[in-house]
Amino acid sequence: ELPPSHFPAARAAAVAVGYLRYLRGGPGRGLQLRELRRARRQDIDDVGHKYYLELELEDVLDKDRTVNCTAEVLYPLGSKSAAPDVQVAVQGELRSTEEADKEFYNRIRSLEKELVAENIPDSHGNIPAELEPIHLLAWVAAGYVTWQNSTENTKFHLAQVKHVKQVKRSDEDLQFDYMLLLHEMVSQEVLPWQVTVLWHPQRGARVSQ
Amino acid sequence: ANMKLILIFSALIGASLCLETFIGHQVLRIKTKNEEEVKQLQLLESLEHLQLDFWINPSAPALPVDVRIPAASVQSVKAFLESQGIEYSILIEDLQDVLDKEKQDMAESAQRQRSSSFDFGAYHTLDDINEELDHLASEYSFVTKIQIGESYEKRPLYVLKFSTGGSKRPAIWLDAGIHSREWVTQASALWIANKIASDYGTDASITSLLDKMDLFLLPVANPDGFVYTHTSNRMWRKTRSKIPGSICVGVDPNRNWDAGFGGPGASNKPCSDSYHGPSANSEVEVKSVVDFIKNHGNFKAFLTLHSYSQLLMYPYGYKCTRPDDYAELESLGRAAASSIRSLYGTTFQVGTICKTIYQASGGSIDWSYDNGIKYSFAFELRDTGRYGFLLPANQIIPAAKETWLGLKRIMEHVRD
Repeated sequence: ELPPSHFPAARAAAVAVGYLRYLRGGPGRGLQLRELRRARRQDIDDVGHKYYLELELEDVLDKDRTVNCTAEVLYPLGSKSAAPDVQVAVQGELRSTEEADKEFYNRIRSLEKELVAENIPDSHGNIPAELEPIHLLAWVAAGYVTWQNSTENTKFHLAQVKHVKQVKRSDEDLQFDYMLLLHEMVSQEVLPWQVTVLWHPQRGARVSQ
Repeated sequence: ANMKLILIFSALIGASLCLETFIGHQVLRIKTKNEEEVKQLQLLESLEHLQLDFWINPSAPALPVDVRIPAASVQSVKAFLESQGIEYSILIEDLQDVLDKEKQDMAESAQRQRSSSFDFGAYHTLDDINEELDHLASEYSFVTKIQIGESYEKRPLYVLKFSTGGSKRPAIWLDAGIHSREWVTQASALWIANKIASDYGTDASITSLLDKMDLFLLPVANPDGFVYTHTSNRMWRKTRSKIPGSICVGVDPNRNWDAGFGGPGASNKPCSDSYHGPSANSEVEVKSVVDFIKNHGNFKAFLTLHSYSQLLMYPYGYKCTRPDDYAELESLGRAAASSIRSLYGTTFQVGTICKTIYQASGGSIDWSYDNGIKYSFAFELRDTGRYGFLLPANQIIPAAKETWLGLKRIMEHVRD
C-alpha cells in the first residue's frame, strides 16, 4: 500500500492520466486528475514494478462532475526504452463531445489558411477561446509522449505549446504538427518535443513522435 | 465719464503684457447694479489688448461677472471700477498660488492613485515590482525596504522589513521567486506584503504577530532569472551566473545551499536545470540570504514559495530520514494545509520533501532547519499541472489568498 501523497504513486498516476488523455482525450475533452484515492505497488520478479491505482478524474470543460477510474501501470524492469504497460477501466460515462468535435472539425476544415499558433498558453497563462481545442489536442499528444517515455524516475507535464501548425491533407483527417514543451518534474528540465497529431471526430487521435 | 474711460483705457494699453505665468493675476467678481454698468463692462471686454479673461461674461445686471486680470492691469482696472462706482470683490488674490497648490495636490493624488492602483491580479515586470515595494515602504511607517545584497548581474536584492519596534525581535523569513519561472510566487508575495501592511492594526492576528515579531519578505529572490523570463525564456529556472568552462549559464539556486550539498537529487552538469553549482553558496543570491540570516541571528521561521504542485513540505530533502521535529512539523503542516483548503477547496499534500516530491540536496529549508530555524517550510503553489508555470493571472489573487492562510497559520504557531 502506498501513500497517495508520496511521489511514487503520484508518478504512476501521471502515466495513467497521460495514457487516458491519449485514449479518450480530444479537442472537446481534457481529462485531469482530481484525486488519487488509493495506490498499491507490487514488485514482480524478473518483470517489473506494477502499480494499482484508484483515480478520480474530471473534465476541465465540465468540472461539476467526476468519474472514477482504476488503472494498472507496469514499469518494465531494466530496459529504459520500453514504455510502461498501462491498463485502464473508466467507471461510468464521460460527457459526450460529439457536438463540440463536429464543430471543431468543420471549423478547421473550412479555414482558408492553415492554422498556425504559438505560445499556448502565453506567458501570462492566457489561452484565446478558439485555441482551447488546439490546447486540449496537445494534451492528447503530450499524454502519448508521457506514456511512452515515463519511468519510475520521471513525471511529465505539458508546460506549453511552443508552436503548432496545421497541415492540410487530402484525406479526411486533420493534421497538426506540434512543438511541445514538456516539463519533467524530477530533473526539472523543460524539454522540446516535436509531435504530429492526426485527428478525426470518429477515428480519434493518432500520434507520432 | 466716457472721456475718462478712454483715458484710463489708453493707460491700460501700455500696461498689457504677455506673461507666461499667472503670478500676481487676480480674479475679481463684479456685481453690476444696472444695465449702464453692464454696458461699461462689455466695453472693457472688447479691449483685447488688456488681455482680460472673463470667466463669466457681462450679460445682465442680475448676474455676477468674473474676470481674470493680468498683474500689470490689476490696479488700473480696480481704479476704473471704483471711479465708476461699480462694486467688486476679490475672488482670487494671486492665481499662481492657487495653481501651484493645485499642481501639488494633483501630484500627491497621482502618487496615491498610481500606487493604490497596483494590480495585484496581474503579472508585473521587476521594475514595477520594485516600484510597488517603494510605495509600500513609503505608505506604512513600520515597513522599510532594505537591500541585502546584489544579484550576479548586479541587481539589488530588496527585502521588505515589517517591524513595529523592539530591537532584533524574533523574526520570520519569507521568500518567493528563487526559481524565476514560478511567476505566481513573486506575484503572491506582493499581494501578501500588501495584505500584511494594510491589515496591521485591524486584523487581531497580524497585529499581535507584528507586535511580537519582525517579518522579512524577499519577493524576488532571483531577479536576474526573473528578468530573463520576461525578456528571453519564460521557462528559465536558474540564476544567470557564468559557469567557468561551460557554455551553459546558471545554477539551480535551490540546490546551492549548504545542506547535503552535491548529494543525490542535484546535478553536477552545468547545463542541467538542477545544476548545484561549483560549490555551496557559490551563488551570490544564496550567499546574501545566508549572510543576512546568520548576522541577524534571531530567525524562528524560514518559509519559501515555489510553484507548481500544491505541496506543503518540511525537511529533509537531502536525506530521506525524518527531522527531529517531525511530529510537530507534520501536524503544523496539516493544520496549514487545512487552512488553505478552507478558502476554495484547494488541496495541498503535506510531507517531507524527500517523500513528497523527490530527494533533492542543497535546498534552502534543509539549510535553515539544520541551522536552528525549526519552522522551515517550502510551499509549492497552484496548480497541479493544467497550466503549471503559466498560471493564468486571474488565479494570482486566489492563490495568494489561500497561501496566506497557510502561512498565517504557521506564523501564529511560531508566535505562540
